[in-house]
Parts: sequence; structure tokens; C-alpha cells
Amino acid sequence: MLQADYTTSQLDVLEAEAIHIMREVAAEFERPCLLFSGGKDSIVMLRIAQKAFWPAPIPFPLMHVDTGHNFSEVIDFRDRRVAELGARLVVASVQDSIDAGRVVEETGRRASRNRLQTTTLLDAIEEHEFDAVFGGARRDEEKARAKERVFSFRDDFGQWDPKNQRPELWNLYNAKIRKGEHIRVFPLSNWTELDIWDYIRREEIEIPSIYYAHKRAVFERDGMLLADEDVVNRGDDEPVFEAVVRYRTVGDMTCTGAVQSAAATVEEIIAEIAATRITERGATRADDRTSEAAMEDRKREGYF
Amino acid sequence: MDILRFATAGSVDDGKSTLIGRLLFDSKAIFEDQLEAVERTSRDRGTEYTDLSLLTDGLRAEREQGITIDVAYRYFATPKRKFIIADTPGHIQYTRNMVTGASTADLAIILIDARKGVLEQSRRHAFLTTLLRVPHLVLAVNKMDLVDYSEERFNEIHEEFTAFASKLNAPDLTFIPISALNGDNVVTRSENMSWYDGTSLLHHLENVHIASDRNLVDVRFPVQYVIRPQRATDHAFHDYRGYAGQVAGGVLKPGDEVVHLPSGLSTKIASIDTFDGPVAEAYPPMSVTLRLEDDIDISRGDMICRPNNQPAAAQELEAMICWMADGVKLAPRSKLMIKHTTRTARALVRDLHYRLDVNTLHRDESAQSLGLNEIGRVSLRITQPLFVDDYARNRLTGGFILVDEATNGTVGAGMIVEARG
Ligand SMILES: Nc1nc2c(ncn2[C@@H]2O[C@H](COP(=O)(O)OP(=O)(O)OP(=O)(O)O)[C@@H](O)[C@H]2O)c(=O)[nH]1
Ligand SMILES: [Mg+2]
Repeated sequence: MLQADYTTSQLDVLEAEAIHIMREVAAEFERPCLLFSGGKDSIVMLRIAQKAFWPAPIPFPLMHVDTGHNFSEVIDFRDRRVAELGARLVVASVQDSIDAGRVVEETGRRASRNRLQTTTLLDAIEEHEFDAVFGGARRDEEKARAKERVFSFRDDFGQWDPKNQRPELWNLYNAKIRKGEHIRVFPLSNWTELDIWDYIRREEIEIPSIYYAHKRAVFERDGMLLADEDVVNRGDDEPVFEAVVRYRTVGDMTCTGAVQSAAATVEEIIAEIAATRITERGATRADDRTSEAAMEDRKREGYF
Repeated sequence: MDILRFATAGSVDDGKSTLIGRLLFDSKAIFEDQLEAVERTSRDRGTEYTDLSLLTDGLRAEREQGITIDVAYRYFATPKRKFIIADTPGHIQYTRNMVTGASTADLAIILIDARKGVLEQSRRHAFLTTLLRVPHLVLAVNKMDLVDYSEERFNEIHEEFTAFASKLNAPDLTFIPISALNGDNVVTRSENMSWYDGTSLLHHLENVHIASDRNLVDVRFPVQYVIRPQRATDHAFHDYRGYAGQVAGGVLKPGDEVVHLPSGLSTKIASIDTFDGPVAEAYPPMSVTLRLEDDIDISRGDMICRPNNQPAAAQELEAMICWMADGVKLAPRSKLMIKHTTRTARALVRDLHYRLDVNTLHRDESAQSLGLNEIGRVSLRITQPLFVDDYARNRLTGGFILVDEATNGTVGAGMIVEARG
């Protein structure tokens, strides 16, 4: 980090900014929580949280919205990481929301619990009275996210109003809310996918195995490779085959696609991403393909 | 690799979003699926060319209206630098979003439509970027394709803007004639304007010198959070007490004598800690944790500095305010919350000295209030001392925001011009 002319490398600048944001939240809110899915962005976010408060433990709980359709490798990783840190994990379950009649399971071939997560998330925020919720979303991911503030205000209904966001100047974040409202906080706003991987390499951070190339039974739908698992409704006209794949994003199995790849190390992944011509969500997420403003619409409702 | 943060500015439809789209496209920072989506949308609307502004105008309402409403942040890197772009809206109604994007910028590109010349909104944005002390400005005369790449027209605008800029505190100012639509002088030098002997815009962005823009002279460490790991698993940390924060100015080293404000007590830096181990120096924008040799009662909102270089501990402030509230106006006797570095207090507007006409820079001393997007100079009285510098000296210890106590909205941005104790 030290250089004679006091320049700072891009990763150090991004890390310093993210640490500042986390400390600001810890200082200004009563009940923050950090959304931890076991995906690469939330893993990096967790490392930043460790750094921000060291040598004290992370002063807020973690929360995972579990669709019940997650990759088992990722759930195992999540539980191991939480145990290592001695952190408190709140699991908000979409299955519980279905059982309680809060949401209705989708049917048909494209049935997914992705959208149902929003209700589960908002119910959990209300139940635990969380007033600040850290998310690992990055602005480079998607065009609606590119518009969002670092401190993103949510009203009583958890809704985002993209046409009326609070001005956000310098590194001064407005943390004022009324009871029942909350702020979504995005400490990794200014990171790109490549920054995340460079950081994972630099910090030697462990990630779930499905990010690396592995053999998997898959089938093709809309140009994406979906895992052949019970929870994914595959049609008879969608034949299964074995392929060497890895995941660029980690989400619900029903809407997260794998990419063909032989990248088995972080270095190889970085080389692959530096050369790729398709965005991370474009390559792997069915949920963004439903319409031009799919992400904006979900975000307005209170999605991550 | 270092980071350059830049923002676009200028009037509606001058081509800001198109320029960013072009810059991303020509520097190969656009992915195939993004381009396909933009081509599809352009086609669906019957646009003959691929509308690159759609790369940043990502909201439904923006696409419907064909204008930018809020800042879009985009990222790209060349072998020389990483860039963080804030593409801001030109429409006057969304000035506060432009201010949001420009507040952190190292450089602003002010676009002018070559046909229209310098408009009121060009002047407003140029003024705002200098008020916000964006250290480097580029005046990009755009749509040169629509004026036959005329050197004469470029020179006219050059002259007109230079005359206006002489009334501003314009720092480093560079003029570049471009066509955002066709890419002239954006990434590569244009063959249509052989009379222009400067560099392309990207070349300028890659090479502009920004290292000296930070304040490395005045040590300022606003205490953000006190770290006391009472339930640390490692007993070595049982008595640990560290002051966490992001360095806002100067260079700190272990052993340095420092003063704590507001107490005025001196002590020495025992160590500068990070998760990755202690460091020998800390400077902006590092986030670190200081341990001090003496036990002093220190909490969030306090300031650590050097004995013979202290900020003013001010309860009376003179500041330029950019007012950003829709309904409520700022007027004498207004009471607001103020957030400055890590300290939040209450502020009373004692006096409105003048409102500025951004077109002429005339000071209207008869003004009774500031409305949405208006700029003026005020005196504030604060309920407790803030540790401040002039904004011109340090953006981080000289800037503040005002928050409406009724709505919790961020309603004002302030830049300190003079502080009294
Ligand atoms: N001929 C020509 N047209 C251009 C050029 N640059 C932009 N345009 C057109 O000007 C119009 C407005 O462009 P935008 O990029 O949306 O303008 P903007 O400055 O981002 O507008 P706001 O963000 O709403 O303030 C579009 O129709 C562009 O295609 C140029 O260099 N030449
Ligand atoms: Mg625009």
C-alpha cells in the first residue's frame, strides 16, 4: 500500500471506501444486518466487515434469504464460514413464507422462487426490526443498479423510488429514517466483477467450489445451462448432458445458469473474465431476461 | 493502477450520455449482450442508428422520455487507469443529482452543443463544478458533425466560455472539439478536424495528473467509530481501544504528536492498525484505526490533528449552499440538521447574504430565501462546534449536508468559505 508519492491502488481505494461505509452504518443505525448468501460479492463484503471492526467481532448479524433451491455446496460453505467467524446467522426461508400463505409457489416449467424472495426478505426485515441492510450489489451489474445510491432509502413497504432518491454528496451519507423504514447499503457499489476477483486473489479468500470448473449434469434453456436438479422443472424436450462448467454468479438454481469453462483457479477465472464479452448477469441470469426493466421492477418492490 | 473519477455536465441533450456510451463502446468496455439490448431497443423505437445513450439511461422513465433523470455510474479501465464515470442529468429539475455525481469527481466534462453554444444550463453546471471544486475541467464542444467540423465555430465557443470562466475559480481547463455520435476525438484523434492539434478525450483522461489534488499537508482524522473488543476471543485485545476512521487530510505516522478536539489534549500516536497489520503511514483515503498513548475520552464526531495545524472549532459558519428541496425553502431562521465529517448537529440559518444568478454571477442581496436548485451564501449557527476547514483547502472537512428534520430528506449541500470559533 505504501508508495513514495502517496498514490493508492484501485483495490485499496475501493476497500477503504467500503470500510468507511460499514463503520458509518455501525455508528448510525440501531439494528443493521448483512445479507450473506455465500456468493462471491457477499463473501467479499464479509471480509470487509471483518477488516472494518478488527480486532472486535462484526457488530451485526448476517442474514440469508434461503429459497430452499440453493446449491448445497453454497449452503455448506455459508454455514462453515459463519461458524468460523462466530457470527450470528438469521435464515429467512421462502418455504416458511409459502407455508404461512404469504406467497404462492409458481408452477410450470419456469417456476422459480426468485421473485418470492422479496416478500420473505421484507417480512424478515420487519420481524427483526432491521433498520439498515447491507447488500453486495454492484453498480456494474445491471443498468438499474447503476443508478442506485450507496445509502438507498426504502419506505414502509420496502420500496425503492428511483425517481426520487436522496442526493448523496462526498462521503457524507444520510442515515435518517422513521420507524418502519430502512436503508439498503451497498458498500461494493463501485466495484466491478474484475475488482471482486482481483480482491479474492489478493486476499486469498475461500469461495464455494461451484465457482471453479467442475463436471455437472446440465440441460440447455434459452442459451443457458441449467443444473439438472429436482427443483428445476425440466421438460422432456430438454435433454440432459454432462459438461465442464462453472458459475459466474450464485443464486437460485432455477434461474442461475452455468458457463462452460475450464477455469480451475482464481488466476484462470480472472483471465477468463478479463477476456469475456458477455456480462455476468447476461450470461447467467434468467430473471433479468423477462423484460427490459425486469431488475428495476423487482428493485422497486424491494428486491435485493 | 490509480482511479480517476469523472462526471459529465452540461445542458439537456448536449450529448453527455451519448459521449459516455461512445467512450465505453470505442474502448471496448461494452459487452455483447449490453450492445444487443441497446441495438434492439433502438430498433424498436425506429432510431436509425444505435442510440448509445441507452447504455447509461437505464431507468424506464429515462428511456420513455429520452432524458437522463439520475446519475448513472459506469466503470471501465484502460491499461493506464481505472475510471469511475458519473453520467449526470442536464435537466434543471434534476440539478441535485448532477451535484451528487460531481461532488466526488476529480474531473468534469462539460458538454456544449456546437450549434447552440454556451447556454444558461452550461453556465450553471460550469459554476457548480467550480463551486464543488472539481479540480480539472474539460470543455467538450460536441456535435461538431452538425457544424461541418468548423474551426471557427469551435473558436467562438472557446472564446465565449473562456470569458465566462474567467469569472469563476476555474482550475485546469481544457477544450476539445468532439462528435460523441461519430466518435471524433473521443478515443482517437479525428481526421475531420485536422486543425485541432490537441489530444483525444480519452488520452486526456488517461494522463491528467491527479495525485496532487489530495490534501497531504493538514492532518485531519475525523473519529468515526470507537473499537473496543470486549468480547474478543483473543485476550490480548481485552484492553484494546482504537479510533477508527478514514484519513481526511495529511500523513499520520506512529510517534507523531497529535491533538484531540474538542478537548485540546495532546498525546502521541501509539500505532496505526489495520486488519492486515500495523502500517507506517496513513494518508487519504485510507481507512485505519489509531491507538493513542494516553487515555483520553474520545468519541465519534471528534477530530484528531497536529498541534500546530488545527482546523477551526466553529459554531458560526459562512457557507455557500446549494438548496435541493422541492417544497420547503431555505430562509433566515430555518432550522436543519447538519452532517459534517462524522459529526451531526443542528444548524440555524442566521442570515442569507445573497442569492447567486448563475447566468451572470450577479449577487442578489435582496433575496429572502433559496428555492430548489438555487445557490446562495448564508451564515449558520451550530449547536456544537464543528472542526472545519475552508472547502477550498479540503473538500472533506469543508463540505457538509443539511437534512430536513421533518422529512429526513437531504435538502442542502454546503461548502464552507469562512469559519469562526
Ligand atoms: N449529430 C450529433 N448528434 C448527437 C451527438 N451527440 C449526441 N447527439 C444526439 O443528441 C441527442 C441527445 O443526446 P443525449 O446523449 O441523450 O444527451 P444528454 O446530454 O445525455 O441529455 P440529458 O442527460 O437528458 O441532459 C440524441 O439524439 C443524440 O443522438 C453528436 O456528436 N452529433
Ligand atoms: Mg444523459
